[in-house]
Amino acid sequence: MAYSDKVIEHFQQPQNVGSFGTSSDVKDRSDIGVGIVGAPECGDVMQLQIKVDDSGKIEDAKFKCFGCGSAIASSSLATEWIKGRTVDEALEIKNTEIVEELALPPVKIHCSVLAEDSIRTAINDWKEKNGHKVEDDHHHHH
Amino acid sequence: MTAKNNTIYFDHSSTTPCDQRVVDAMLPYFTTIYGNSSSRNHAYGWEAEDGVDTARAQVADLLGAQPKEIIFTSGATESNNIAIKGAARMYAKAPVGSDNRGHIITAIHEHKAVIDPCRRLEREGFEVTFLEPGADGIITAQMVKDAMREDTILVSIMWANNELGTINEVPCIGKACKEHGALFHTDATQWVGKMPTDVEADNIDLLSLSAHKMYGPKGIGALYVRRRRPRVRLEAIQDGGGHERGFRSGTLNVSSIVGLGAACAIAKQEMKAEGERLKALRDKLENDLMSRLEVVEVNGHREHRLPHLTNISFGFVEGESLMMGIKNIACSSGSACTSASLEPSYVLKALGVGDELAHSSLRLSLGRHSTEAEVDQAINDIAAAVEHLRAMSPLFDLWKEGVDISKIEWQSH
Repeated sequence: MAYSDKVIEHFQQPQNVGSFGTSSDVKDRSDIGVGIVGAPECGDVMQLQIKVDDSGKIEDAKFKCFGCGSAIASSSLATEWIKGRTVDEALEIKNTEIVEELALPPVKIHCSVLAEDSIRTAINDWKEKNGHKVEDDHHHHH
Repeated sequence: MTAKNNTIYFDHSSTTPCDQRVVDAMLPYFTTIYGNSSSRNHAYGWEAEDGVDTARAQVADLLGAQPKEIIFTSGATESNNIAIKGAARMYAKAPVGSDNRGHIITAIHEHKAVIDPCRRLEREGFEVTFLEPGADGIITAQMVKDAMREDTILVSIMWANNELGTINEVPCIGKACKEHGALFHTDATQWVGKMPTDVEADNIDLLSLSAHKMYGPKGIGALYVRRRRPRVRLEAIQDGGGHERGFRSGTLNVSSIVGLGAACAIAKQEMKAEGERLKALRDKLENDLMSRLEVVEVNGHREHRLPHLTNISFGFVEGESLMMGIKNIACSSGSACTSASLEPSYVLKALGVGDELAHSSLRLSLGRHSTEAEVDQAINDIAAAVEHLRAMSPLFDLWKEGVDISKIEWQSH
């Protein structure tokens, strides 16, 4: 399968790789939201950590990913897109936009869904830590 | 897009390049010796027939068989189909349309070209036992003996596994079949031309092989069909002019048959030295990777396997991304993302390899033209790619923190 140039770019030079600490380090930090989605036996796990300021703006984002090139590219792109947005703006990001930007083939749509899920899960984690209402409307955009 | 200039070819278990000597042997049969080998009344036919006869003898010689026992086919998939369906239907215990037509034994990690014909026979009233290998990937004679029933008519166990290179206990399985009175078929696609074969000593009744796995052309293969003690009969799948003793009608693919014969003759001469050379390279590849990287596992039995390939898992790294990171090495992976089905390798699953390690596996298979310089390059490229990917792997972090990944409740889709 041929990869798009954008996937290859993100794969070779992924943006915002890393974390703000181990899961236990950041567990009690109210400025950090963590989203871990996927499963090793399915071949992809994405970990997204967001650092949110008092106004609800995502100051910084870090990802780690076990998965195929498209999964790595999707999570790298996700961190780029959410940085500087408010959490509510970040929740507007749809997996279909990731598919379009990276020119993902149909078999890789799953990777974009995972990236969208990681954003939502990280934001919900941050919201829960800060006593905000969490929307449990959990729908996929395949 | 021709010669992928800088790409190292480590996928010889998928297919091999045609040896130049094979091509040279074939060429006259396209434009000069183009007769139909079945034409009995002119020189064009006789010349073509001579080429086929020579090739038949060359194939037989590699197998320790008689030339008359060699049937040319389009490849191992067709050979497997003719052998398995042909034997089951010929030796069926009950007529078409009834149940309990007979029992067949095979294994869950056979090639699809064995599994799917067996599945079809199940729908035709036969019963099939799919043996499960041990964690080392090997099917033993004892496993086969334990599965034998009074109505067992056929056992089909591959000689060497295509993904792992592991070697099943073929001579002993053949002996058990002989004692029981069941026919023994082996898919020897990965074995023949690499390892010595003697259908008499190895107790084989039916054997499938393919030319393109041993430096011959694609689209040609053979089926060995035993003619004495016992004389194996098969119900043909393809009807027509009665070629190949009626087992496989259709005008013979003379040029490719000549190529297969030449490939067999070269293999017979060179396989011992080639196997030793490739084993040294394979062992270097494995040992260097294992000493440079943590959590590397070789899948399948370490000793009882073909010398030229390794199936190796790199923990916490997904196979497709690993292949993307080593784009100058052509190889295969057991990762779901590299398969059409999006399922991880059923062969690795059969061994009880954890799914995450199956996703993390590479199959690297060396061949006649592989060099030590290529192996050194591959070691460097793979180690660098694994390190690049582990630097962004959340699973590697968890492992370093001492977290047991299998105990985490993952939110799978």
